[in-house]
Amino acid sequence: MLLFLYAPIFVLIVFSFNDSSSRTVWSGFTFKWYPELLTDASIMSAVYTTLLVSLLASAIATVVGTIAAIGFSSMRRQWRSPLLAVNNIPVMNADIVTGVSLCLLFVFAGQILGFRQGFVTLLIAHITFNIPYVILSVMPKIRQLDKNLVDAAQDLGCTWFGAFRRVVVPQIMPGIVNGAIIAFTLSIDDFIISYFTAGSKVFTLSMRIYAMTKKRVSPKINAISTLLFVSVLVLLVIVNVRQMRQEEKARRLARSINL
Amino acid sequence: MEEKKLKKIIAILLSALFIIATLAGCSGGGTSGGETLKPGVNGEVNVCNWGEYIDESIFEDFEAQTGIKINYNTAASNEVLYSLLKSGGADFDVIIPSDYLISRLIDEGMIQKINFDNVPNAALIDEDYKNLEYDPTGEYSVAYMWGTVGIIYNTTMISDEITSWGSLFDPAYAGQLLMIDNPRDAFGVALEYLGYSLNTTSEKELNEAYDLLVKQNDIRQGFVMDQIYDKMEGGEAAISVYYAGDYISMYENNEDLAFVHPVEGANVFVDAMCILSDAKNKENAEAFINFMCDTDIALRNMDVTGYVSANGEAAEIYAEDLSDMEYEVLFPSDEYLDKCEVFLNLPEETLTLYNDLWIKLKT
Amino acid sequence: MRNNRLLAAPYVLWMALFVIAPIILVVVYAFTSSSGGFTFANFSHMGQYAGVFGRSFLLAAIATVVCILLGYPLAHILSRENARLQRMSMMLIMLPMWMNFLLRTYSWMSILENTGLLNRFFAAIGLFKLINAVGGALSPEWADIAYFRMINTQGAVVLGMVYNFLPFMVLPIHSVISKIDRSLIEAAQDLGAKPSGVFRRVTLPLSLPGVLSGITMVFVPSVSTFVISQLLGGGNDLLLGDLIEMQFLGSAYNPHLGSAIALVMMIIVLICMLVMNRFGEGEEQAVLM
Repeated sequence: MLLFLYAPIFVLIVFSFNDSSSRTVWSGFTFKWYPELLTDASIMSAVYTTLLVSLLASAIATVVGTIAAIGFSSMRRQWRSPLLAVNNIPVMNADIVTGVSLCLLFVFAGQILGFRQGFVTLLIAHITFNIPYVILSVMPKIRQLDKNLVDAAQDLGCTWFGAFRRVVVPQIMPGIVNGAIIAFTLSIDDFIISYFTAGSKVFTLSMRIYAMTKKRVSPKINAISTLLFVSVLVLLVIVNVRQMRQEEKARRLARSINL
Repeated sequence: MEEKKLKKIIAILLSALFIIATLAGCSGGGTSGGETLKPGVNGEVNVCNWGEYIDESIFEDFEAQTGIKINYNTAASNEVLYSLLKSGGADFDVIIPSDYLISRLIDEGMIQKINFDNVPNAALIDEDYKNLEYDPTGEYSVAYMWGTVGIIYNTTMISDEITSWGSLFDPAYAGQLLMIDNPRDAFGVALEYLGYSLNTTSEKELNEAYDLLVKQNDIRQGFVMDQIYDKMEGGEAAISVYYAGDYISMYENNEDLAFVHPVEGANVFVDAMCILSDAKNKENAEAFINFMCDTDIALRNMDVTGYVSANGEAAEIYAEDLSDMEYEVLFPSDEYLDKCEVFLNLPEETLTLYNDLWIKLKT
Repeated sequence: MRNNRLLAAPYVLWMALFVIAPIILVVVYAFTSSSGGFTFANFSHMGQYAGVFGRSFLLAAIATVVCILLGYPLAHILSRENARLQRMSMMLIMLPMWMNFLLRTYSWMSILENTGLLNRFFAAIGLFKLINAVGGALSPEWADIAYFRMINTQGAVVLGMVYNFLPFMVLPIHSVISKIDRSLIEAAQDLGAKPSGVFRRVTLPLSLPGVLSGITMVFVPSVSTFVISQLLGGGNDLLLGDLIEMQFLGSAYNPHLGSAIALVMMIIVLICMLVMNRFGEGEEQAVLM
C-alpha cells in the first residue's frame, strides 16, 4: 500500500537528478536542474503568488469565518439552516462548477465595471471556497461552548469584546486553528478554481505546472516536486517531534505522580 | 497547551514561508523569460504566442533597447486562444494567431488596425505574405512565420515508406499514432485524404471526414499538441502529424524521425502578429511587432524554432545554412505548394458543426 | 449575545455575491443562447452527451468502489494499532495528499507510458519474451507484444482517480471507526458474537457515516476532474470535466452549453448527496485532520 502511494513521488524525485531531459530514461546524476529551477522567473513568481494568495486567503477566511460562525450560532434555527446550506455549496460542489461559475461572474461584472481577471479575482475565489471550511471547523466548537461562562465573565465586569477575547476565543481556538490549516492547504493545492479565475497574467504554481505538462518536459518539474516533498516532510516531522516530546513529558509526569 | 504549541509552529512556519517567498521574489526578478510583476521603465507589453515559437533570449534585448518589459504567454491552439479572448480572462496586447483566426477576429472586431508609422520594419516582410486573403487590406496584421503541416514518423519503428495521409488511418500502426489536437487541423487531414477542400462548408463532406476520424479511434494513441515533442523524441509513438518547423527541432533531438509532405497536399499556414482592440499598451505593442520584424531577430527566432520567417531577407539567409533535407522540409516546391490550401474563416453554422463533431469525436 | 447575529451579516453578503450570484449566472447562461434569447436548445443538445455523462459517472463509481475496497480494510486495521503507530501511519498516508495533485498525476505518466518505467522494467526482466514465447503458441496476437498499453486508457484514468483520492476515503473511515465506543464492541463479544458478527452488526453500521463522507469526497472530484483524464487518458474519451473545460477555456468555446452541462452535473451530484444523506446520519461535517 505504501509502495503504491509513494512510488510516483519517488520516481519524480529520482528523475529530478537525471542528466537528460527524459522522464523515463536515466542518463546520469546531476544537480543542474535545481539552479535552473530557482532562476526561472516564471516559476518563482508563481511560487510567490501561490504563497501570497494562500496566506492572505486563509487569514481573511479564518477571521471572517470565525466571526460569521459566531453570528450563525446565535441565530434561530429557521434562519441558520438555510444559511448553512448555502454555506455548504462550495464544499459540496465540484471544483470545476465553482470555478466556472466564478469565471462567469468575473467576466460579467468585468464587462460592466471594467476590470480584468487577476490577483484580486483569484483572491476572492480562494476566500470564497475557504470560508465554508473554517465555519464547518469552528461551529462544532461553538456549540460545545458553555454559554454561562460568557455571561459569568460579563457579570464580572468584562465588556462584550473582552469576554469574547478571553473566554470564547481560547475555547474555540482548536477549531479556528484547524480551519485555518485546512484553508491554507486547500489554497496551496488548488488548481481548478485558480485556473478559471486568475486570468492571464497571474499564475499559481499549480497553473504553471499544468502548463509545463502540456509542453516539452523539463526536469524542472521533478525538481519542484522534490522541493515540495522535502518541505512538507520537514513540516510533518517537526509537528510529530513536538507531539512526541509532549507525550514524553506527560508520561514522565504521570510516572512521577504514580510513584 | 497544545493550542499554544500549534500556534508557535504556525508562527514559525509563516515567518519561514515569508522569508522564502521574498527571497524567491527577489531572485526571480532579474532573469530572462520576462515574467515578473514589475513593469519596465517604459511600461510593459503582454504577448500571447504559441509554444516553442520564439527565441526567449530576445526578451532581454527588447527590454534593453526599448525599456519595455515583455509578459509572455502561450496558448495551445487557435481555438483555445479564441476561448481565452472571449472568456474575458485574457489581458493581452499582442497575439500571434493563424490566418483563419485573424479573419474571424477582424469580423468580430476583436483586433484593431495597426499604425504602421510605428512599425517601419514591416517593410521587410516579403510581399508574398502581405495582404493575403485573411487580411485583405493588410491593416490588421504583420506576418510572423509560415509553414506547412505534414507527417512525422520514426524510421526505426516504421519501415514502410510513408507518402500519403492514408497512413494515419492505417490499422498497422495501432496504438502508435498521435493525432493533432485542434479541430481544423485534425479534420483537415481527413478532408485532404478524401480530396475535399479544407474550407468546405458542406455538411456531407464534413460528416464523411468525421466518419473517417471515428474509424481512427481504435488506432489512435491520443490527441496532442506540444506534448508531441516528448512522445516522438522518446519513441513513445511512431507516427503523427504536426508542423514542419517543429519537426526540425524534434530532429535535433532524435535523428530517427522523418518528415513527409503527403502527396495529397496539406494546409499551409501563416501566423501573424495582431493587436487586440482593447489592448492597454498599443504603442508598446507596435514597438514589439517592429522589433520582431527585424532581420537579426527573425534569424534568431528561426534558429531556435525551425520555422521560416515572413521576413524575406532573413528567410534567404536562413535557407543558405540548411541541409538538403531541412530545406526540402521547410521550403517545399512550388508545385507542392499549389496543392496546399490556406485555412479561411468559416460561417457560423459550419463552425458550430465543427464544434459538435469535434466533441462527438472525442467522446 | 443578541446582536451577535449581525456578525454574520458581512459573510451573508459575501455569499450572496460570490456563491449565489455565480450560480444564478450559470443558470442564466444555461438557458440562453449566444444571441441572447431564452432557449432550451442547450439542454436538448446535451442529449448527445449522454455517453459522456454515463462514462464519467461509471468511472467515478468504479474509482469510489475501489477506494472503499482498499480504504476500509486499511482504516480498520490501522484503528486497532496503538496510538503512536496510528498517528505515524496517518501522517504517512496524508503526506502524498499534500504534494501537488498535478505533480502526482504527472508522475504516473512516466510510469505507465509505453516507454515508461513499468514497461521498461518488464522488458528488462524478459517478461515480454516470455509472453511472446508461451502465448505465441496459443494465439498469434500474443506473439508480438513489446509493451503493455497502460496509459491513455480508461483504466489509467481510474488508477489516477484512486491514487489521488484514496486518502480522502481512508481518513473519514478511520476517524469514525476509532471513535467507536470500545465498550460496544466488548459488549457484543460478551454476548457471544464471533468477530465477523461483531463487525457486521456493530462496527459496520457505526462506521457508515465515515464511509458516506468518504464516498462524497472521492466521487465528486472524480466525476468532475479534467486533469486526470487529460494527462492519463490522452484526450481520447472525454469526461464531464473535459467537456466543461473545453467550452470555457478550451477548443470549443460555448459557455452556454458549458453552463448547461455544469448545471446538470451539479443537480445530479446534489441528488446523489441527498439520497446518501437518507441512508446516513446526515452529518454535515467536513473531514477534519
